[in-house]
Amino acid sequence: MEQQVEKILETRELNVNMGPQHPATHGVLRLVLDIDGETIVKVTPYVGYLHRGIEKLGESLTYFQGLPLTDRLDYVSAMSNNIGYVVAVEKLFGIEPPERAKFIRTIVGEMSRISNHLLWLATHALDIGAMTVFLYCFREREWILDLFEMICGARLTVTYPRVGGVRNDVPQEFLDSLYKFTEEFPTRIPEYETLIDKNRIWLKRTVGIGVISAEEAINWGLTGPTLRGSGVQYDIRKHTPYDAYDKVDFEVPIGTNCDTYDRYRCRMHELRQSNKIIKQCLEKLPPGPVMADTPKFTLPPKDKMMPITHPTKEHAYYIDEKVCKGCGMCLRACPAKAIAGEKKKPHKIDQTICSQCANCLVVCKFKGLKIVPGGKGLSEDKLKELAAFPLPEEITKAAEHLVEHFTFIKRGPRAPEGEIYVATEVPKGELGFYFVSDGSGKPYRMRIRAPSFIHAGALPRLCVGHLVADVIANIGTIDIVLGECDR
Amino acid sequence: MAVIEVRMQPTYKRMEPLEIAEKIKESFPMDVVEVTSFRDQVSIIVKKDNIVDICRYLHDDPNLSFDHLQDLCGADYLGKKEPRFEVVYNLYSIKYRNSIRVKAQVPEDDPRIRTVTSIWAGANWHERECFDMFGIKFKGHPDLRRILLPEDWEGYPLRKDYPLEGPEKEWSGFADAIETAKKYREFDWEG
Repeated sequence: MEQQVEKILETRELNVNMGPQHPATHGVLRLVLDIDGETIVKVTPYVGYLHRGIEKLGESLTYFQGLPLTDRLDYVSAMSNNIGYVVAVEKLFGIEPPERAKFIRTIVGEMSRISNHLLWLATHALDIGAMTVFLYCFREREWILDLFEMICGARLTVTYPRVGGVRNDVPQEFLDSLYKFTEEFPTRIPEYETLIDKNRIWLKRTVGIGVISAEEAINWGLTGPTLRGSGVQYDIRKHTPYDAYDKVDFEVPIGTNCDTYDRYRCRMHELRQSNKIIKQCLEKLPPGPVMADTPKFTLPPKDKMMPITHPTKEHAYYIDEKVCKGCGMCLRACPAKAIAGEKKKPHKIDQTICSQCANCLVVCKFKGLKIVPGGKGLSEDKLKELAAFPLPEEITKAAEHLVEHFTFIKRGPRAPEGEIYVATEVPKGELGFYFVSDGSGKPYRMRIRAPSFIHAGALPRLCVGHLVADVIANIGTIDIVLGECDR
Repeated sequence: MAVIEVRMQPTYKRMEPLEIAEKIKESFPMDVVEVTSFRDQVSIIVKKDNIVDICRYLHDDPNLSFDHLQDLCGADYLGKKEPRFEVVYNLYSIKYRNSIRVKAQVPEDDPRIRTVTSIWAGANWHERECFDMFGIKFKGHPDLRRILLPEDWEGYPLRKDYPLEGPEKEWSGFADAIETAKKYREFDWEG
């Protein structure tokens, strides 16, 4: 009888799916857990639900166009991703941003670190069961997002840094509000800490969970606070300083017990250090331009970009019959469809439909298009007569500028041939960009080394042997965002 | 308190990257094909046969100690270089603050290379991604499956002959997903 029962009631491992739609997985991460009772035997993560092929897209875009893609990697600290990208491209081009831009980038980078760590703390505590921390953290995070809105109009996908500097200078109200923030923020951090620091449940859930030794953490490729929690002194801001990190004074917190609690403490200390960096940068912020003056690689300021824009509305455009070869370029470029003509025969512009957009002027390779200043509304014969006169110098210059600008945007600045790997310290760890350039305006290969991807890979190592509930704590402690993981 | 704040002072004698390249050349004279330098970053192009030995040497040598594998990725040089593929290892030494790039050549007709997961455990997912995107097979890898794309995906997207807008034939799972969505849209919740 007993034997029969044993035959029916066999002990076997249970296979449990966690995710992809699980609130604690911070996105669309699927974990297949093999559990023996409550203990984890094996974890198999499945990623790729958010794969958008950003590396492939980057190969088809110019270096400027690739920048907005990086916002969509780690969308909770988009500013840091932008900085990582522009620092890498600047090194590839061999250009140096002006001092003020470097300081501004350091400020916004650290603001992004604070906002990321606050979101991390909020959700990590929420996963473990501490609801109140969430509300406190979002109060300060909101302030930072409002500050971002003040400088660039966006709160999450900012695209504020540019290759060669930043998009625009910061307003005075921003600096005032941020200074007030740096004064107040150190008094807010103890508010979060009193809630959970010595909370018995919090300690039970974090101390001794997900222990990984220093050697092993390096071997698994962990970076950022996740690695420093294990006592490794590896911070790219100190090892290979970029922007203004070599001009500010800050210390790097490291843990000693290699567990989830130490990683939490590391991030709390980092909040204080980031605040310190911002305060120093605000005090040292030098005057000057915010964009490098390298016309071969960077865009000119917006007000100097298209001096021809306004006058064009008064101009007329006229195709010189003697020069026009009938290639059809202008015909295809005309958005108003005002140009008509057969192949290899001179084209003609219908002046009644023409919208004076100057697209035809820009695309014409034979300089067959003539500008007639103030010629809008004149008859065909009159235009022909006027087009024969030489133009004033400023208009010729402006037209040349427009053509140059068009090709610059269309083709992109040509990077020197070579390859480069540049890493920056983003809140989650080490974000690396590996560019292979073949001398054209687009990267031949763009590789993104995303910290979340590597951290998610180390998840099985952290979880095995713990209980099912600790998987949640471990996902929180490695601080992953799936947009960055899947790219 | 468990966490301490430290001031990171470099206490090391820094080796020039070209010196490191020379050292590897001495140890593996038959394998090193070329050493190139661009913006103070040195890359060593090697043959693929001894890649594990080279990596093991870089990782274990007490004077080099490249313990941190920053990045491992593939690159496709279709019509530009021969052999067609390269597997790129970006290495960093946390102790000495040195970095070096090793690139292993992989031919098109035999896209296979030995795995380095025995040296850096973190290489596991990197190699899976490289297989997923370029079709380079890693011999001895513990779990070589596609990682970002579905298991039954055809083709390798980051190869240069793969169209940007995707293959003409749609992925089979996509039709299934649309079919399922259609089915549940018409689901009668009341009855």
